[in-house]
Amino acid sequence: MHELGIARNIVTLVGEAANGRAVSRVTLEVGKLSGVMSDAIAFCFDVVAAGTALEGACLDVHEIEGRARCEACGEEFDTATLFTPCPCGSRRVVRLRGEELNIKSMQFKEAA
Amino acid sequence: MCGHCGCGDTAGTTLLNLETGKEIAMDRGAHSHDHGHDAHDHHDHEHEHVHADGTRHSHAPHVHAAPAAEVVSLEARILAKNDALAVKNRAWFRGREILALNLMSAPGAGKTTLLERTIRDLSKRLTLSVIEGDQATANDGERIRAAGAAAVQVNTGSGCHLEADMVARGLQELRPGVGSVVMIENVGNLVCPALFDLGERAKVVILSVTEGDDKPLKYPHMFKAADLMILNKIDLLPHVDFDVARAIDRASQVNPDIAVLQLSARTGAGLDTWYDWLDHQIAAVREDAFA
Repeated sequence: MHELGIARNIVTLVGEAANGRAVSRVTLEVGKLSGVMSDAIAFCFDVVAAGTALEGACLDVHEIEGRARCEACGEEFDTATLFTPCPCGSRRVVRLRGEELNIKSMQFKEAA
Repeated sequence: MCGHCGCGDTAGTTLLNLETGKEIAMDRGAHSHDHGHDAHDHHDHEHEHVHADGTRHSHAPHVHAAPAAEVVSLEARILAKNDALAVKNRAWFRGREILALNLMSAPGAGKTTLLERTIRDLSKRLTLSVIEGDQATANDGERIRAAGAAAVQVNTGSGCHLEADMVARGLQELRPGVGSVVMIENVGNLVCPALFDLGERAKVVILSVTEGDDKPLKYPHMFKAADLMILNKIDLLPHVDFDVARAIDRASQVNPDIAVLQLSARTGAGLDTWYDWLDHQIAAVREDAFA
């Protein structure tokens, strides 16, 4: 799955930002509707991080629940899928949360 | 290695220019570099746990950070690199008035057959070229070439989708001309390609009627991302249980704006609607170039 590519992107982006310093922890924000499985990222991460500044780093994943707003009635509601209609029946919804795929922060192994 | 579809990073991506026969190995992905932290003497341990706030830890043996360790906020989008390259591709296409389409489907839905037929039918009035993505073999690229279009074959090795850098490299080989059409045939897969912007003008998902009509709900990311759904192999409808109305309803549940065409790339039925759609897109590209 694409989680390998995702893990590779994380390692590249964080590695560049770390500029050679060893990283002990990376914090991610992954929406539950992003199409990416947190477990699968974690699974790939260790493999991709091997031999880089992120080797052995701990991966923290904050999962974000889906939330949407109905374009018809304006109500906000929790949504567990990409196709949950609004309780009013409308399918025209704007997703407010749940599609995040972000790197929040990194922590260095040692102080500079 | 990824446990879900078997994609791994051991096999590299290669690109074959079918015009020249030149094969290029693509150097991509994270590069490793040495750093002087090998001599760890700490209490390493493995654990996996979930915090009350939903935060999960899952990691290999590691070293707990020293209290002085510095946390740096990054706030970066994970796909920022791919998306930035896709923006470059899109600008490249736009400046050349090129219509670029990203064709996606499950394996065997008929992407290559549709392209072959399209090339043969439109070659008198359109210049088409194709970036072919497959894990292995140049079979599809050869089919496209035999149909009369220039093609580069990207073999993703164990990768399950095309990314923007592969398309950029393919374009560098293809050098498609002003006002032409570039078809990017993604790796057969209804999951991963949905996530990666390649710089295309539109995403086209092909669903053949020999698949289930519940595919849009089973693979919602793909059908949500697509601008157009093509129902292919409609000549086989009398022999299968596929319910066209149900498939369209399910696709619009995921994506109320999705356009739908029904055709058979084999018999030619409905192809005129696809060519009309292409003409409409080409006209829009010409208009947008100087908008």
